[in-house]
Formats: sequence, C-alpha cells, structure tokens
Amino acid sequence: MLKGRHLIEPNDFSLDEIESIMQLADNIIANPEGYSMVCKGKLLASLFYEPSTRTRFSFEAAMLRLGGEIIGFDDPNNSSVSKGESLGDTIRTIECYSDIAVIRHPREGTARLVSKFAKNMPIINAGDGGHEHPTQTLTDLLTIRKFKGGYDNHVVGVCGDLLFGRTIHSLVKMLSRYQGVKFVFISPKELQMPENILNLLDDGIYKETTNLDEVIGDLDILYMSRVQRERFVSEEEYLRLKDYYVLDKKKMKSAKKDMIVMHPLPRVNEIATEVDDDPRAVYFTQAKYGMYVRMALIAKLLGVEDKNDKCI
Amino acid sequence: MINVSKLKKGIIIDHIEAGHGFEIYKALHLNDIDDVVVLLKNIPSKKMKQKDLIKIETDMQIDMTVLGLIDPNVTINFVKNGEMYKKVKLTLPQVVNGIMKCKNPRCITQYEDVREIKFYLVNEEKKQYRCEYCDAFTTFIEED
Repeated sequence: MLKGRHLIEPNDFSLDEIESIMQLADNIIANPEGYSMVCKGKLLASLFYEPSTRTRFSFEAAMLRLGGEIIGFDDPNNSSVSKGESLGDTIRTIECYSDIAVIRHPREGTARLVSKFAKNMPIINAGDGGHEHPTQTLTDLLTIRKFKGGYDNHVVGVCGDLLFGRTIHSLVKMLSRYQGVKFVFISPKELQMPENILNLLDDGIYKETTNLDEVIGDLDILYMSRVQRERFVSEEEYLRLKDYYVLDKKKMKSAKKDMIVMHPLPRVNEIATEVDDDPRAVYFTQAKYGMYVRMALIAKLLGVEDKNDKCI
Repeated sequence: MINVSKLKKGIIIDHIEAGHGFEIYKALHLNDIDDVVVLLKNIPSKKMKQKDLIKIETDMQIDMTVLGLIDPNVTINFVKNGEMYKKVKLTLPQVVNGIMKCKNPRCITQYEDVREIKFYLVNEEKKQYRCEYCDAFTTFIEED
C-alpha cells in the first residue's frame, strides 16, 4: 500500500511496490485518457529550490494530465525562504493547502528532513544535492523494462560523474536489488563512485575503470551522465573534466547491437548529437517515460488510482 | 598521591586514556547532575602508564552510548553497598542519536537547526557512522 507514503530514496519501496508503479505506468501509457481526471480536486505543491527544467515540467505535466492542479515556486527567492523561514515551517504551512509535495533542494538529505514534518502529505524527493533522485530511478527502470524486457542479469555501464551524480547513486542502489546485475563504473579518478555506494555492493558485482572504449562491448546498458558544473568549487577542475568522455558513432560501433544508451538529461557534450539517430539511443524516450512514471507515482501516493476500475 | 574515598554506590568509569576524562565528563553532561562526581586525571597506571578515572555517586541511570565512541577501551564498574556488582565492557553502539554531527559540508543538517541526528554504524574498525539524512560516512572525533 503506497497511499500516504513518502519517496525519499528508492529503497523506501519494496520491489513489489515498485512493480505496482510500473504496471500502473504501463496502463497509463496504454490508455492516458482513462486517467485524465483521477486527481481532480487534488493539489500538488511543486517546491523547487534549485533550477530544473525536465524534472519540474514532468511532475507538473504529470499532475495536470491526471486532472490535478499545481501550486509552488521554482525560485526560492520568491518564497518565504528569502525571509529566513525554516524548511520545517515551510512544509507545515504548505501541508495546510496541498495533498502532495515534490521538493528539489541543493542540500543533501533535505527531502528526508522535510518528510519528518509532513504528517499527512506525501513528500517526493525530486533531487537533493548530489545525494538521491529516486523518480529519475523510476524513469530509468521503466525505460529498462520497456527496452530490455526486465531488470535481471544485465551488465550496466555507468559513465561520467559518478561522484556527484545523484541519478546514478539512486539507480545503482536500485538495480543492485535485482538478480545477476553487474556494474562497470567508468569515470575519471577524481569523479569515482563514492565509498558509501560501493560499500553497499558485493565485490564481485562491479568493476571500476577510466577507459570507456575497453568495456563498451561488454555492456547491455550504457548510462551516460553529465559532469555537473554546479557541483564544482573550481571552474578549472570542471573544464578539465567536462569532456573526459564523449560517446560518438565510432565508439558505438564497438557496442552490442542491442545495447541501449540512457541519459538523465540535460546533455552537454558527453553524447555527440550524431548518436541521436542510432536506434540504441533511447534518452528522449526515457524523458517521456519520466512523465508517465511520475503520473503513476502521484496516483499511487494519493491512493486515487482505484477510482478508475476499468483501467487497472 | 591524592586519595578519594571508596564509592558506596554509583558508577566508576576506569581505564580512560589520559586526557579523555574531561571529554567523557562533558559528553555525559556530568556538570548538570547534583550528585557527587570526581574526575581524576593522569593517575599512574602499570598497564597504561597514565589514565583518567571518573567516579559518580548516583542512583541515576546514565546513557553510556557516547563512551564507546570516545574511548571503547574504558571499563564501567557499577557499585552498590560499597561492592562492585557489575562490570561492563564497551562496544560501539549500532545507532547514535543526538550526539554526533554530520561532517558533510553539503548535508542539510549544516544549514537547518536539526537537533537529534541519527547515525548508523557501518564500519566498526574505522568507527564510521552513516548520517540518516545525507548517508555520508562520519567518524566520531572527540573535539565534537
């Protein structure tokens, strides 16, 4: 039962609960009209303390496509935060008006903290610093489910900024719960996977390398990520590392014919635009699935999907 | 040599590494209790060369969680009617609540007033704990 629950990190939900979200997302994709009014009368608070385009738009589009409404801000300077209000007070106030809240914040652990103040309002973590981004993980799972037929026994290459890449941390934690998944972590030494994530994995299920060319032929899934300028203190260090990996047509020639390339977007230079036409490049479809999976998540946390008997 | 009379009831925290006694005194908030408390520093010791020792004459239960973090080698002797009736060897607590602070500069607890942060033991050898909010690993350091 997901009604009333928070989603702060992927491990908050059991595999069965995640499967139920995926099944609902499948149903919504098959029959979006059938779900267009299930959230009528419900209000989603969209609290973005950090810039975001696709995550915010996909949440807001998801709520609107379910027939609900949205309040919120995308610039904390336009909220009471600029007056020095604490997060706890902000959330307790917003709970007076809203049925569900989505929060993005640059500080790690923010979503967990605010979930302690919300008594009757589900909180969804839409990214907290370099920590977690669980709805991107749901998006990634739906994409893998659609293109690879399931999650077990894949060799998953994760490439780029593994140190600050919150989408990557959430995805690796999630996929490690499935059978036979192996990881290849591809990054410059300065941006390697942090210890707290590696500690969760058995030694035999991952390897680390700096060389994408050497391993690309082994992969079933290649998950590319952007080196994020906003996570660096030194601009010089960012400039040195930002183009460390560029996936292009030449590299794709060494990859399996059924490997898929995923990316949480936005992309900068890490995937050459010439790869976009390759049928293995699925990142724009992935972005679309993000909206559907967020529709399913909102419906589940609000407990509204049962009204639509015909579609379940 | 200074002599302190034998304890009739209470707790003796012994074998404290020299210099750690005051840390333990502060961490157990012994300044806040009305009972008799004695802190002895730099006592000559055959095994340790020097050690600190704390005697607390009290009936109160004292949360000893923090002791394992500061100095896991101390021994705690419980005394009743002038006799030691229980000796406790310390281990690192699995969960620490409200004692440690997260050292991750990006953690929300550095910016908001969060009074009780839970930490979960992840590595006994390194004394590493995981912050309940940001999941970063933190090691307890006495200066905290």
